[in-house]
Amino acid sequence: MTAFEFAEGYSAYFLLVVLFAIGLYGMMMKQNLIKKIMGMSIVQSSVILFFIVSAYKDDATVSVIDYTRGVTNPDLYLNPLPHTLMLTAIVVAVVTLGVSFALVIMIYKRYKTLHEPTLLELMK
Amino acid sequence: MSDSNLPLLIPFTFLLTALLIPLAGSVRRWASQPLAVAACLFSLGCSIAGMARVFDSGTFRHYLAGWQPPIGIEFVFDPLAAFFLVLITGVGTLVLIYSGPIAAEEIMGKRIGFYALSMLLLAGLTGMVVTGDLFNLYVFLEISALASYALVAIGDPRAPLSAFRYLTLGTVGASFYLMGLAFLFMSTGTLNMAEMAALLPSVNHEPQVVIGVVLILLGAGLKMALFPMHAWLPDAYTNASSPATALIAPIGTKVAVYLMIRVLIISGFPSIIAVISWVAAVGIIAGSILAISQSNLKRMLAYSSVANIGYIVLGVTLANPLAFIGAVLHILNHALMKAVLFMSAGGIFSKLGTLNISQLRGLPKKMPFTTTAFLIAVLSMVGIPPTGGFFSKIYLIFGAIEASAWVFVAVILISTVLNFFYFFRVIEFSFFKPATKADPAQEHKSETLKMDEMSMSMLLSTLILAAAIVVVGVYNGGIVDNFIAGAVPGF
Repeated sequence: MTAFEFAEGYSAYFLLVVLFAIGLYGMMMKQNLIKKIMGMSIVQSSVILFFIVSAYKDDATVSVIDYTRGVTNPDLYLNPLPHTLMLTAIVVAVVTLGVSFALVIMIYKRYKTLHEPTLLELMK
Repeated sequence: MSDSNLPLLIPFTFLLTALLIPLAGSVRRWASQPLAVAACLFSLGCSIAGMARVFDSGTFRHYLAGWQPPIGIEFVFDPLAAFFLVLITGVGTLVLIYSGPIAAEEIMGKRIGFYALSMLLLAGLTGMVVTGDLFNLYVFLEISALASYALVAIGDPRAPLSAFRYLTLGTVGASFYLMGLAFLFMSTGTLNMAEMAALLPSVNHEPQVVIGVVLILLGAGLKMALFPMHAWLPDAYTNASSPATALIAPIGTKVAVYLMIRVLIISGFPSIIAVISWVAAVGIIAGSILAISQSNLKRMLAYSSVANIGYIVLGVTLANPLAFIGAVLHILNHALMKAVLFMSAGGIFSKLGTLNISQLRGLPKKMPFTTTAFLIAVLSMVGIPPTGGFFSKIYLIFGAIEASAWVFVAVILISTVLNFFYFFRVIEFSFFKPATKADPAQEHKSETLKMDEMSMSMLLSTLILAAAIVVVGVYNGGIVDNFIAGAVPGF
């Protein structure tokens, strides 16, 4: 397997790792709390997509028995487990978003700003 | 077969009570605390019964809805899980008994929320301990994490921002865990812990397994506030209300250690853990030094938590039986010590109105029993026999000697001296500091130096835990032989 084939075959994974890094960058370098939440959301989404991509197979279909395709060859059907797992992970991500927005609202009501350096200054 | 439901019963009692508390609280406001304590006591009973059964007839499992492991989710009650369950529910019970008066004082209008959330926290923590499925563990991890974000946010005016920083870092930790799990899942095709442990040796040299384990350890490190990833912890502990800190600090981060132990057992202690030993050793020293420079008592205790997580992680990653025993024993000791320290800090704050270490003068006269409990915990923290802290440190040192890791032996000994420094600063200020005549505030205080103790339930639970520290120290041999030796994995 040449380097190019490797890069092509795993292109989706590389993209998702880049997405993960973008999210981390946003969380670390952005100074607005809402932008930090966006970064956090990107990180979570990249992990969710990572699982989904891992279930992908060429020429495969959803895991419902289809007699025209045959029922003996597992290569013709996707693995449904990552998708179902990620349903749960999406729920967790939504709940986390909810809690973080609630906290941001509390912070804004108290300090009238969401700029982190200013907040840290006010907290002293 | 009926009591094989035990592993399921423990987290689900907490989940059910978390729903019942708002219902009961809307009718009778006072009902929330007794309900929470009752749920804790029931789970403690279940944990002890399960522990007795584990040591009687070995590990037992519960298959959710009757589905066998590779397909379904199983709940496993093995010696290590039994140890953690009794610890979590035991400390949880005493902290919740303690929390009654101080919650009424500090977070009056939010008590129902506090108790409901603490039930969710305990459900998540106990669920993480009993589950035998790695994805199920993630779900429980997030349940406990979300509950603790909200618990931290109930506190002084700065608490929401600390909780926000805790939330972002905690979520990244969970994302790292999930990413690592994706790698392990892709290389083995299973999420069941036992099956994965059986399958991993055959794929052990694949780089993706190593990457997966490293990502999971990173995530666990963020959750347990291992040294370079500890940024969220001091603010969160300092700004949360006293009962919330007393509940989260002793058991919250320990369960992330449990997650690390599980993953290391599954992956057969890969050689990468040598790096983590060094990180932990740096964390021990750095945490202790940072603790010395704090002026707020709760903040100092938070940094000491960072240092103590270092001990535990060091013990686990040295990967030999003695160090492992030391680490597990230190988890027990540190949970007891930190509970006592934060509980007495809560009491001190409510009576003296300050947590500034330099203003604790007259503490022993004013609160003799609290000071006694605090002192026992400090002695154990420093590692003076017959308290528990001495014996876990001895095991850790023997473990380090067995691994011929002389640097780590030195680190543990140096950190003991550092512990001595920062705790005896508190004792110096409270016992020996003379009142400065020029300071009218101090003079005013010396007039009102009569005994003013914490209320009975707070004092009683603090003293029980303080007594437990000594009991653990005196009977450490029995505890190690009966409860911990069975949990030591093959190295």
